[in-house]
Amino acid sequence: MADTGTFAACLVAYGYLRNATANWPHPFHSITNVALMTLILLTSSLTMLFAIDAAKAGDKPKAFRWTLITALLGAVFALLHIREWLALIGEGMTMFTNPWGTGLFGASFFSITGLHLLHVTGGVIALVAVGIRYLGGRYRADDLEITGLYWHFVDMVWMFVVPLVYLMNLGH
Amino acid sequence: MAVAEEHKSSMGKYVGVYVCLLVIAALQFVVAYSGAGASRMLVLMLLLAIVEAGIAALYFMHLGDERRGLLAFVGVITVFVLLALQYGWTDSNRLLSGVPWAK
Repeated sequence: MADTGTFAACLVAYGYLRNATANWPHPFHSITNVALMTLILLTSSLTMLFAIDAAKAGDKPKAFRWTLITALLGAVFALLHIREWLALIGEGMTMFTNPWGTGLFGASFFSITGLHLLHVTGGVIALVAVGIRYLGGRYRADDLEITGLYWHFVDMVWMFVVPLVYLMNLGH
Repeated sequence: MAVAEEHKSSMGKYVGVYVCLLVIAALQFVVAYSGAGASRMLVLMLLLAIVEAGIAALYFMHLGDERRGLLAFVGVITVFVLLALQYGWTDSNRLLSGVPWAK
C-alpha cells in the first residue's frame, strides 16, 4: 500500500508539473520500444503465475524454471529501459535540461521511470533469491506467491506509467 | 503432498486474462494515435489503465478471491487516496496562467 501511495503521488506530481508548464516536450517519436517493454512485463506476470501454479502443485523444478524465466524477462525489460535512457541522454536530455522544452521533463521522467526500474531490478533479484531458496526447500510455495504479488504490482504501476509518461508525450 | 494433489490449475483462466490485458494495453496505443484532444486522450487512457489494473488485481493478485469486506475496504481506501491526491490541479492551472510570471 505504501508503494502504491508513493507511485500515485509521483504520477500526480508529474501531472501537476505537466499541467502547469507551457512548453512541455513531446520527445517520443516511436512506440516500438515502450510497446515491447509492455509486452515483456505483461508476459512476465503470466510466467510468474505459471511458477506459482507449479509451486502449488508441488512441482518444484517447474516452479523454479518459470521463476527464472520471469526474472529473465524482468532483466530484458530493465536492459531495454536502460537502452532507452541512454538514447535520450545521447540526444541531450539530463535531469535538468533537454533540447525540446522545459527541464522539468527530464527530472520527472528519470524520477518516475527510475523508481520503477529500481523496483524491477529489486524484483529480479528477489525472484532469483526466493526461487533458489524455494528449490532448496528453505521457502514454501506461499513465499513464492508473495514475491509474485510484488511482481504483479510492478506490472500494474507500468500500466499507468505508459499512458501518462510515454503516450501523452508522443511527438506526432 | 495432499495439498498438491488437491490443487486445481487455473492456467486457462490466467491466459484468458493475459490476452484481455494485452488487448487493453493495445487500445491505449490506439488511443495515443487516434488524434483526440489531450484531455479526452488522458481520460480514455486513464480509464483503460484503471480497468487494466483492476483486472490484474482481481485475477493475477487474487483480490477477487478475498472476502467482500476486504475488497470493499481496499476499494474505498483507493478511491479516497486518489481523490485526496487531486487537490492540487486547480493550483497547477493558476501556475500556468494566473500568476505574474506565467508565460
